[in-house]
Amino acid sequence: MTALVDLSRRPGGTFALFAVTLLCLVAIAAPVIAPYGPNAIAPASRLMDPSLQHWLGTDHLGRDILSRLIFGARVALGISLSVIAISLTAGVVLGIISALSPRAVDLVIVGIFDIVTSFPSIILALALVAVLGPGLGNVVLLVSIVFIPHFGRVARAQTIAIRNSPFIEAEKVLGAQTWRVILHHVMPNIIGPIFVLACMDIPVVITIEAGLSFLGLGVRPPLASWGNLLNDGYTYLDQSPWLATFSGLSLILATLGFALLGEALRDTLDPKLRKTL
Amino acid sequence: MRSASLQIHLAFKLATALLAVAGSVVLLLALTRLIPGDPATVILGSRATPEAVAALNARIGLDRSLVEQAFAFFGRLFSGDLGEDVFNGRPVLNLVLAALPNTAALAISAMVTAVVLGVPLALLSARWPGGKVDRLIAFLSVGFISTPSFVVSVFLLMVFSVTLRWFPVLGAGESGDLADQLWHLVLPTAALAAGWVGYIARLLRSSLLEVLSESHIRTLRAYGVSEAKILMKYALKPAVLPTVAVLGMGFGELLGGAVFAEVIFNRPGLGSLIYDAIRTRNYPVVQGGVFIIVLLYVLTNLIADLSQSLIDPRERARLVSGRGQ
Amino acid sequence: MTLLTIENLNVSYRGSGRSAHILDGVDIEIGHGQSVGLAGESGSGKSTVAFALLGLLADNAEVSAAYAAFDGRTQDFAARETASLRGADIAMIFQDPMTALNPMFTIGTQLVDIQRRRFQKASRKALWARAEAVLADVGVQDAAARMHRYPHEFSGGMRQRVVIAMALLVEPKLLIADEPTTALDATIEAQVVDVLHRLRQRTSASMLVVSHSMGLIAELCDSVVVMYAGTVVESGKVADVLHRPRHPYTRALLACEIDPFAAFDPSQDLATIPGNVPDPSRRPKGCIFAGRCPARHDRCSEKPPQRHAGDGRPYACWLEAA
Repeated sequence: MTALVDLSRRPGGTFALFAVTLLCLVAIAAPVIAPYGPNAIAPASRLMDPSLQHWLGTDHLGRDILSRLIFGARVALGISLSVIAISLTAGVVLGIISALSPRAVDLVIVGIFDIVTSFPSIILALALVAVLGPGLGNVVLLVSIVFIPHFGRVARAQTIAIRNSPFIEAEKVLGAQTWRVILHHVMPNIIGPIFVLACMDIPVVITIEAGLSFLGLGVRPPLASWGNLLNDGYTYLDQSPWLATFSGLSLILATLGFALLGEALRDTLDPKLRKTL
Repeated sequence: MRSASLQIHLAFKLATALLAVAGSVVLLLALTRLIPGDPATVILGSRATPEAVAALNARIGLDRSLVEQAFAFFGRLFSGDLGEDVFNGRPVLNLVLAALPNTAALAISAMVTAVVLGVPLALLSARWPGGKVDRLIAFLSVGFISTPSFVVSVFLLMVFSVTLRWFPVLGAGESGDLADQLWHLVLPTAALAAGWVGYIARLLRSSLLEVLSESHIRTLRAYGVSEAKILMKYALKPAVLPTVAVLGMGFGELLGGAVFAEVIFNRPGLGSLIYDAIRTRNYPVVQGGVFIIVLLYVLTNLIADLSQSLIDPRERARLVSGRGQ
Repeated sequence: MTLLTIENLNVSYRGSGRSAHILDGVDIEIGHGQSVGLAGESGSGKSTVAFALLGLLADNAEVSAAYAAFDGRTQDFAARETASLRGADIAMIFQDPMTALNPMFTIGTQLVDIQRRRFQKASRKALWARAEAVLADVGVQDAAARMHRYPHEFSGGMRQRVVIAMALLVEPKLLIADEPTTALDATIEAQVVDVLHRLRQRTSASMLVVSHSMGLIAELCDSVVVMYAGTVVESGKVADVLHRPRHPYTRALLACEIDPFAAFDPSQDLATIPGNVPDPSRRPKGCIFAGRCPARHDRCSEKPPQRHAGDGRPYACWLEAA
């Protein structure tokens, strides 16, 4: 609770809380608050300017832009949270295994992390999408792969730091089993930095997903991903600017909100991380 | 600082870099095998004759084991062979080399822009930390960093090309006409540089503030050396070291990020080459293009590491004498 | 006439919600050509006096003085007017030579740039030549070549000579030495003390030597100001204070000194002042030293008066001059 209060005092903190809360509420309540169905086509009213009927206008198929943006929040948050959940779990497990295993296993895992990070992240995502093909499930899977080393490295470093600390030695001497030691000491100690890292990665995941969808290599239309919407808006840019404008602004709202929230969390929960993250 | 001699350090860096490149090649080749179904059938379509499928498999190297394929890839690499375009048989190397200058020009101009704008912003921030200017720059920086470059691209296109008609909409300009090419470069450069302006401003600001709190700066202040000289000369040089390392990484990220700018502004380049190849499932071109980007990414990281050592006199002395401490 | 007079110097830091009083009513006077020592253990505020003098304290420091004058001109501490004295009228020798020089620039570059305030119209070539001459003068061998070297290529003692050369280059009226030998090992310390000693005899500049070491102050100074927890507890001629200390804290401080000429005495090693300097954000009401004073009695819970010893030097204690 005090963390929340501190957060709102930071510059941009209020905005971050507002943006993230708004996005979450909109995503949850999408079917209730959206004035139209996200895929309701109305060829008669295509590329309309904002009006009382369609607050933000309509796209090239006459679909209501506001409704599609509202459902787009679901896609963005759903995908980014799934990606974070998968890469966090896999990364933490691999990182801890790496830190506690014999040197050979450690080298292999660290080597895989190094190879994965020797690709610029968007290029790795593209290489993976070339193989797996587009689609919701594939996007979640391949973006997760891109982010596993992030979590893996932090988990490994923190585990090694704790592994070498005297109190773990003491527990081992007292005859505790390794896995018990891990559950009791390593997990609580890595949870803070991992949580902060997850928060800071969300805007990056949103960006990559939207980017792939924008290129037509992510979520398949007609599913309302902000990336798809931006692409539609880009295609009809010379006829109507509304879709491109509002989908772009939605993306900025989400990435900026989560980025500010991540930074605020880092500074309030764990100021020491400032340098490493 | 570092205990090993700089040459050993660099040799180690080079070795890990090469290993990473080799690893990424194996990963790339292995990925192609993960394609559900038979890649050749996927490429040629279900109506292809079995002979055509077998011929294509042999050409891509899918009829051999992964290890054989990787060795063959490296073997051909040394003779400058990156494989062939599956549709028209043109050498991938030629395609990549033709696309590279456009992308490199875009990445370099974006990086230069980011440095030219980011460094003064960092200096301004660090001059009066916590002040109005600093807070404004901090806010703008986070905004620039977190806004996806393709959103910036679309917005720039919308405002400056479609509405105001100040800049050309598409293409890279007439070849041979340098002014036209530069004119076409403005918007994509702005889109790519925006995030890095913010990133450099923030990163350099924090290392400047760290250096400004060190005792050697206090010495200069005690002798009445002007704040401007302290900031721009004595604090900037040590503070720039961490930023140089990030710039090396950033150049590679820019090569990747160029894919959006190239697709949106319809510029020929490495990014649009890979993008088109992915859509047409032209795997050798995807592999070749991604391989070149990974190579450049690793290479620029290495160069950044080296230039960091050249800026720091303590490291430079060791590089010249070759002795460890 | 005095070079520097400061009366009732106060410094406090504003933090979030609380403030810490670092200096409480410090008086200092330095005559022309005189050398004054500022003694006290770490946390006594002696370095704060030196930094306040140059306006080098952090931005959240509040500085005020009832009266301050340098070389005949009054100075407003609250407005940090003294900052204009930096590098021309006042020069400072810093504590740690390992960190006092910028690692990225040659010694020559730094020695030239620090003279700019003092000699605004001189050519870079002239300043370089001056720097080279002074560097040789403080005992750096092969100064011409050394000018092109970086700090990491100098030993600790040589770096301290460079730092001293800086101070000499600007020909200041007042030279502040902040713990000039603390960061050095014993043999180098002797050399640096020697350099400072020669300097003392040759220049007409006044000196303020800030040190926890009474030995160093005795060697370099005419008079001494003893500080404890941000207040002056006793001041006077070095010989008087050393031989007839009035304040219990001065006595305790002197007892901590190891006399290098005395025969080995195991009890000397053990002489420390029990307890710690009080937290500046929670200063006691009465005598600031009462908590650790061996001669404490009931009246010490009130602020002690300024008394004058028989020879006229002031000290702040309830004990009558013995």
